[in-house]
Amino acid sequence: MTNQYDAIVIGAGHNGMICSALLAKTGKKVLVLEANDQVGGAAITRKFADDFSVSACAHLLFQLQPDVIKDLGIEPDYSKKSMETIVLTEDGNHIRYQGKNISGVNEEDKKNYIEFHNRMIRFSDLLKTYLNKRPPRLGTKNTKDLMTLAKLGFDIRRMGKTEMREFLRLIGMNIYDELDERFVNPYLKGALSTDAVLGTHLGPRSPNTILTYLYRLAGLHGDVSSIQGGMGGLMNQIRSIAEGSGVEIKTNSKVNEISVSNGAVTGVQTEGGEKYLSSTVVSNADPKQTMMNLVGPKHLEIRFTHRIDNIRMRGNASKLHFALNALPKIPGFEDLDYQQRILIAPSEHYVEKAFNHAKYGESSVRPVLEITFPSTTDSSLAPEGKHVMSIVAQYAPYHLKGGWSNESKQQFSDAVKSVLKSHMVNIDQCIISEELLTPADIEQEFNITGGHWHHGEFTLDQFMFVRPVAGSSQYEMPINGLFLCGAGSHPGGGISGACGRNAAQVILQRD
Amino acid sequence: MTAQHIFTGRLKTPFHPRITELDSLNTWHNWAGYSSAEALYCEDMEYFAIRNSTGVFDITPMTKYRITGPDALNYLDRLVTRDMKKIKPGRVAYAVWCDDQGQVMDDGTIFHLREGEYRLCSQERHFAWLKAASIGFDVTLKEETADVAALAVQGPTSYSILKNMGVRGLEELKPFGLIHNEFLGSELMISRTGFTGDLGYELWISPDKALELWDALFEAGKEYGIRAIGTHALGLARKEAAYLAPFEDFLPAETTVRTGRTRSPLELGLDWLVDFSKENFNGRKALLKEKENGSQWNLVKLDIEGNKTADHSYIYAHEKNNKSEIGFITSAAWSPICKQNIALGTVRSPHGKPGDTLWVEIYYQREMHWNRVMAEASIVDKPFWFPARRGKTPPDPF
Repeated sequence: MTNQYDAIVIGAGHNGMICSALLAKTGKKVLVLEANDQVGGAAITRKFADDFSVSACAHLLFQLQPDVIKDLGIEPDYSKKSMETIVLTEDGNHIRYQGKNISGVNEEDKKNYIEFHNRMIRFSDLLKTYLNKRPPRLGTKNTKDLMTLAKLGFDIRRMGKTEMREFLRLIGMNIYDELDERFVNPYLKGALSTDAVLGTHLGPRSPNTILTYLYRLAGLHGDVSSIQGGMGGLMNQIRSIAEGSGVEIKTNSKVNEISVSNGAVTGVQTEGGEKYLSSTVVSNADPKQTMMNLVGPKHLEIRFTHRIDNIRMRGNASKLHFALNALPKIPGFEDLDYQQRILIAPSEHYVEKAFNHAKYGESSVRPVLEITFPSTTDSSLAPEGKHVMSIVAQYAPYHLKGGWSNESKQQFSDAVKSVLKSHMVNIDQCIISEELLTPADIEQEFNITGGHWHHGEFTLDQFMFVRPVAGSSQYEMPINGLFLCGAGSHPGGGISGACGRNAAQVILQRD
Repeated sequence: MTAQHIFTGRLKTPFHPRITELDSLNTWHNWAGYSSAEALYCEDMEYFAIRNSTGVFDITPMTKYRITGPDALNYLDRLVTRDMKKIKPGRVAYAVWCDDQGQVMDDGTIFHLREGEYRLCSQERHFAWLKAASIGFDVTLKEETADVAALAVQGPTSYSILKNMGVRGLEELKPFGLIHNEFLGSELMISRTGFTGDLGYELWISPDKALELWDALFEAGKEYGIRAIGTHALGLARKEAAYLAPFEDFLPAETTVRTGRTRSPLELGLDWLVDFSKENFNGRKALLKEKENGSQWNLVKLDIEGNKTADHSYIYAHEKNNKSEIGFITSAAWSPICKQNIALGTVRSPHGKPGDTLWVEIYYQREMHWNRVMAEASIVDKPFWFPARRGKTPPDPF
């Protein structure tokens, strides 16, 4: 039969593509079915205005795991490698940091920052080891799991008494308290808070925002880069690697059912009615979408369904794209500064206050912004002399009171523009066209429940042993032959590829 | 007037005024938040009413849930282990439901009242579980315990009493069937169900007609030996019928703390209720595995020599070797009607096959002093009490 495969991957997000390529490398016949017309999931480049293109969701690369790069032989074509982060101040004396280098703060803060950064790097390195392998199961007799657990305990202990205590003290803590204790400069505290909460439904005072910060650093130590041609450029390369390994990819093929018989998968069916058969189905879709919609609760256990249903995945980050006829004026900026990563988060209180609105179903009046001008390093995105501004703006809750409408979208994009204006006085004259993607739009366009990039909040109760839910953290779902390979599984979201790679390893070990 | 802010600590059923009139012992216990009489005048006499005439027991406190909506059947089919597609409107199913690990949460009866409309009755409350089970199903769940008053009317003369009361359609009503009648302008549902293992019915009505129903029933039963009964008499009858009671013969899975204290339906002798040919039901995967690998425990019905009740006794594989302990008794009684010393127990596999002989260590007290006896017990595979009249349709009149 022609529509019989060794494995079917649902969704051509970066994890799905990486997983499919690794499976196909072992000689398996692998099919990838993608709902949209191009591969990449939330890592694509697409047009948003005449002659202007942008990375439509994820726009910066800072987590792609070295193991993934090595295994697949990816050679990322950076348009800008190792970006500096510039925290905008009103007077133009901006704070800049990259790795352990920092400027624009006093000597005391500088010293503390280096100490803070070094410690965070040490802790994130510990985390990194565990991101790139199957999470161990608690209460198990499996030798491999027991070894991993023992190693985890040993690794923590090996840091020494002081560091171990610090690790255990910090891991569940909020970043606000830690920053407040260490630093004086509000802009620095605002920026580090932002690094911890980007893409989450958390404020700097929410528990475990140190963990989310560590997760950001794990792998590349927070080294931020952009890719030539946008995220789509990276995905095109991964696509050719996958196809070179023999993966078959069908776009515009939205899977609407995972077929189950007698507790085991038999294949999938698309909206168009095509059926593809396989005893191994790997879903890059989020866990809720996969289990509740594609499989359906009637095939699942009650407590398991309950857990899946309760996964917290309320997206709170929105994406704004502006087509510009010129770069806006920013006080104290030189030409090369526009190539960096720019934050507007004047203090830790500012970030927390922005989050306050989201708690009650309102969008932030003064949002937190992460800004890039990708066209300054990549001429393929905008016509000569013109530019693209790509912004992640928080917070814009998925469950907005009254729902997202044209009015509420306008209100939020006005709020963003008003924040921009306090640093870019001529921004209004620069804008030709704009696009706002709220979490509701992100859900629609990228098929992510709740529009949450991480496919589930990254918190201690949805982390490692219990990601996506307790009892199924090892990629294997309670339906025989069904696996998850997306960000909803361990370790989590971001363009890291670890989920896809770990899932592929689990599937291959099973054979 | 000082305590008005304190709500009623224990509820009274709509039949309470009539029961208190007949009650001379004043011994009550708490059943799911309601006062329930343990015995009214003499538990032995009440027991014999069940077996020789008719006993009436107030089952209003039994937890009742109404399940409706387009997915009601699929919902129940996934919830319980048996095939609910076979339960047509007008039929009642005894069923068990399990947690994800295939361990019994409770047993109960599911009434298919009308097409797509069900009532689930159980001893324990389960709304949280039923609610969790409804995720992804288009069903409406309603807790209706207080909205329905119910009486169990059990015993050899029950058929004649209900006929005498004017119930129509009883002749065709088979065991585990239900019919609807009208009573004083309200709907009266009659099901041929019960917890006594005998001929008997259960009557279900709106609480505002409860007292009128009680009066009509007792008027009709005057010449047929009708008696109100309490929990103790019923408890003895259920042991004779070898019916399981939660918290006695098994623990609802979510109430246990220690591992290994739960039981699967296969370990409770309820394999006939587990339909593996169904595509899915909760606990199926775990139970299939148990079926392949073998169960840890077996439920046994024991016929024990002598007349000393074997409450909570250890069970041994051999008489002389008390290191060979293999399990324990969960319910025991002297059965007056069978003239047998009966018990239900749980023993480790592979023990517990019908025909096996086991030993039960019984301790009993005589004037403060304790005595011990090792009694031989044989395993029986049928209920201790199973009269022909229980299954006969129409039943014989009196």
